Amino acid sequence: MIDFTFTEEQEMFRKAAREFAETKIAPRVAEMEETGEVSDAVVKAMGEAEMMAITIPEEYGGLGLGYTERLIAIEEVSRVSVAAAMMLQVFALGIEPIVKFGSEDLKKKYLPGLATGERLSTTAVTEATGGSDPSGIRSSYKKDGDDFILNGRKCFITNSHIADTVTVLAKDEDDPKAFCAFVLDKDMAGWKATHKEHKFGMRGCNTGELAFENCRIPASQMLGEEGKGLRVTMSAIGDVGRGGMVGVALGLQAACLEESIKFANERILYGKPIAALQTIQNKLADMKIDLEAGRLLGYRAAAMQDKGLRSSNEFAVAKYYTTEACQRAAKMAVDIHGGYGCMEEYAVSRYLRDAYVVGPSAGTSDIMKVIIGRWALS
Amino acid sequence: MRSQNRIHIMLNIVVCVKAVPDPKEACNIKIDPATKTLLRCDVPMVVNPLDKNAMEVALQLKEKTDVRITVLSMGPPEAGNIVKEGLALGADRGILLSDPAFGGADTFATAFTLAKGIEKIGHHDVILCGMASSDGSTEWVGPQIATFLKLPVVTMVKEIVKTDVPWWKVKASIDNGYRLMQVKLPAVFTVTREVNTPRTLSFSGIIKARKKEIEQWGIDDLGVSSESVGLKGSPTIVSQLKTTEGKREVEFIKGTRAEKAEFLVQKLIGTGLL
Repeated sequence: MIDFTFTEEQEMFRKAAREFAETKIAPRVAEMEETGEVSDAVVKAMGEAEMMAITIPEEYGGLGLGYTERLIAIEEVSRVSVAAAMMLQVFALGIEPIVKFGSEDLKKKYLPGLATGERLSTTAVTEATGGSDPSGIRSSYKKDGDDFILNGRKCFITNSHIADTVTVLAKDEDDPKAFCAFVLDKDMAGWKATHKEHKFGMRGCNTGELAFENCRIPASQMLGEEGKGLRVTMSAIGDVGRGGMVGVALGLQAACLEESIKFANERILYGKPIAALQTIQNKLADMKIDLEAGRLLGYRAAAMQDKGLRSSNEFAVAKYYTTEACQRAAKMAVDIHGGYGCMEEYAVSRYLRDAYVVGPSAGTSDIMKVIIGRWALS
Repeated sequence: MRSQNRIHIMLNIVVCVKAVPDPKEACNIKIDPATKTLLRCDVPMVVNPLDKNAMEVALQLKEKTDVRITVLSMGPPEAGNIVKEGLALGADRGILLSDPAFGGADTFATAFTLAKGIEKIGHHDVILCGMASSDGSTEWVGPQIATFLKLPVVTMVKEIVKTDVPWWKVKASIDNGYRLMQVKLPAVFTVTREVNTPRTLSFSGIIKARKKEIEQWGIDDLGVSSESVGLKGSPTIVSQLKTTEGKREVEFIKGTRAEKAEFLVQKLIGTGLL
């Protein structure tokens, strides 16, 4: 029989992540919601709690853990704060290409700082002309001796204004089929964070634009082979990006269900808690079914990833299912809360706003269906 | 040049921890009407919250001086998770006293078994316990361990003032204040939640604990008779347990201030509160 249980150690990781989220992040959620700004205290705490170190190999100062552990950590953080979980998920998107495709020098240069949170990372692929279809990007590079000169703009970049280490994808100015991925850091001239977005959800997680103007990049900063950068970033987004969003969505689903159960047991109607009403039980059952199904899909894909198997299609299914399910869960949670659900004092109103920002991150549901459809037909 | 012949003192600390039903799930805790014991299956077991404070005292000391921490628990094999947590937090050794014969123990038999475990551990300078458990909440186990081991005990410690060897100075809570106590080691201390803020588990701590094995000791290892442990060794029995249900009512008092005051006084007398 297939073993669907977590190991004792994984259960302990979950406990550690939950304790961390409840003690270090929960007290900052109101402030993040109010200001819409990243909480420095949360970012610092995530570094101290080794949250960024999970999948970084031990020889570079990381914990050398797997993607299952990463999924557990993101789920637990998201259960408390979707915004913090999104930050965490995207830190890994900046880290993964360096781990998988970086030269030894790049790994030694960046990974130890990224593991401790001293450096913060992101990945910059999306542009107005290409996100889910990265081949449509317009940011371009040209060779100048041993260097590359980068020009262009990136949009909807999570961690745009807090990241100091960025993985960027650009197209060869003279060859539209050739792409390169580079690591940029704050010490390099010619790039900066510009416009800051104001989202209706996931407040406290920074999203914005990055601009590159004649940014000179030494060849040593290139990830993977010249011209094959698309593979570098897609490999990170396909598995790690979708996987991270599954964790974000699962945590949000769990939070919706927990808050709904709590409220349904406390709210008295017709002399009984509303949890005694079948119509409420139906909603709770739907949320529970979605959560269980989502966990099976997500953790199966993570287990495959840990075995070194290709898991991007399985993650596409899990990403589609869980991000849709978290929107359903958030709506039902607000419905169960009735009028209270519209009040900002109740977390479910935040869940509803967050749920609709989770959807398009790392590829919309429609794009997931395109991928899943291709997989089915292949 | 100063002499290098300084006496090296390593402090041996035993931290007693108990697996309790998660207090956050208190509303789901049920009691078996026949055995009068907790039905543990529906509620996850966690480290007793005040035992985390006891552990933190030991861990903070370990950061400053040479300390060997042994985490000790009594319970079913599943309680091994609690001991493992202690190891992940930084304890050097983890021991679980587990045997079917230990089942059904009251505080007396529990303390006796723990004391026997501590004797078997050998040299111990400090024994730390949470002031009370979140399920039983008797506050007896710490003092009972001290009695069995013939050691001094300070209960309700809210601040560790000095940790010189062999004298520890602590502040122990009393109504409206505290007592400043100086105690010669070896001694038992039970701590309140004011004593510190316990650290949380860390990922790297969990990884380090992979190499630390939990030792499991049964009745034969402790060399005690089955009559002295578990239900058989428990002089107290739980004769009755009830689940109480809190009901709230609002009553508006009418009349003049004096009438309202009189009404309220009579009401409080009637409910036994005055």
